[in-house]
Amino acid sequence: MAEAGTRLVLLMTPAGQVMAQHGFTRAVDVMAAAALGAAIASSTEEITKLLREPRFAVLNHQGVRHGIFLAAFDCPRGRLLSLAVYGPETSVGLVQLFFEEFVSDLIAACPPPEPPKKVLPADFERDLNESLATLFQA
Amino acid sequence: MTDRFRAILDSITRVRGVQGAALVAREDGVVVADALVEGVRGNAVAALTASLVKRLGDVTGTAGIGEPEFLHLQSRGGVVLAVPATQEIIVVAVADADVNVGLLRLEMLRAAGTVA
Repeated sequence: MAEAGTRLVLLMTPAGQVMAQHGFTRAVDVMAAAALGAAIASSTEEITKLLREPRFAVLNHQGVRHGIFLAAFDCPRGRLLSLAVYGPETSVGLVQLFFEEFVSDLIAACPPPEPPKKVLPADFERDLNESLATLFQA
Repeated sequence: MTDRFRAILDSITRVRGVQGAALVAREDGVVVADALVEGVRGNAVAALTASLVKRLGDVTGTAGIGEPEFLHLQSRGGVVLAVPATQEIIVVAVADADVNVGLLRLEMLRAAGTVA
């Protein structure tokens, strides 16, 4: 995505959980952008439901100095969102083009989904204890 | 695609050796209308040509010779030609290497005049 001249890029889940970022210097900005991006995607998703349209793919807001490109796509492990902020030195066409390549690379790199495991009480207790230990160690 | 745009693109694609033509939004680099053969990625050509026109505009502007009027990019497998028709639209053509560039240039400039 950096090849497209984007200034900021976020990769996140539809719930706003950040998976990767490029260009942000403060963690608080990453979290705010992820939360707002996920909210926009969620709102748009509801509008498409009202209109009985297929799921939205790309949303572009063109500003005077910056453009915001928000796109949703399906990966083998589930749906993801990407938020990119670009300036006047690039164009939405270029961002879209490199975004498509980014998605292809990401899908190719994504491990196949794991079959759901049966949760046993013993495993659950062990996982819980491990999680608690990790949490309180930190 | 409107009939007007179709007619503009037809005037370019009827030149022998032309693989396709497109009208591209200059600022956004997205396809406004296209008539491209299968295998030519319209969105990629549009985005990259618009970017090229922008960059070359910077070069010619810096050199003090104004905006580019005609771009001819020759590669081993063919040519990409572009004419900035207005501040909003670029006329783009993709053609074989042995295309009659003179004739194609004429048609593209004519088409650009029609777009304007």
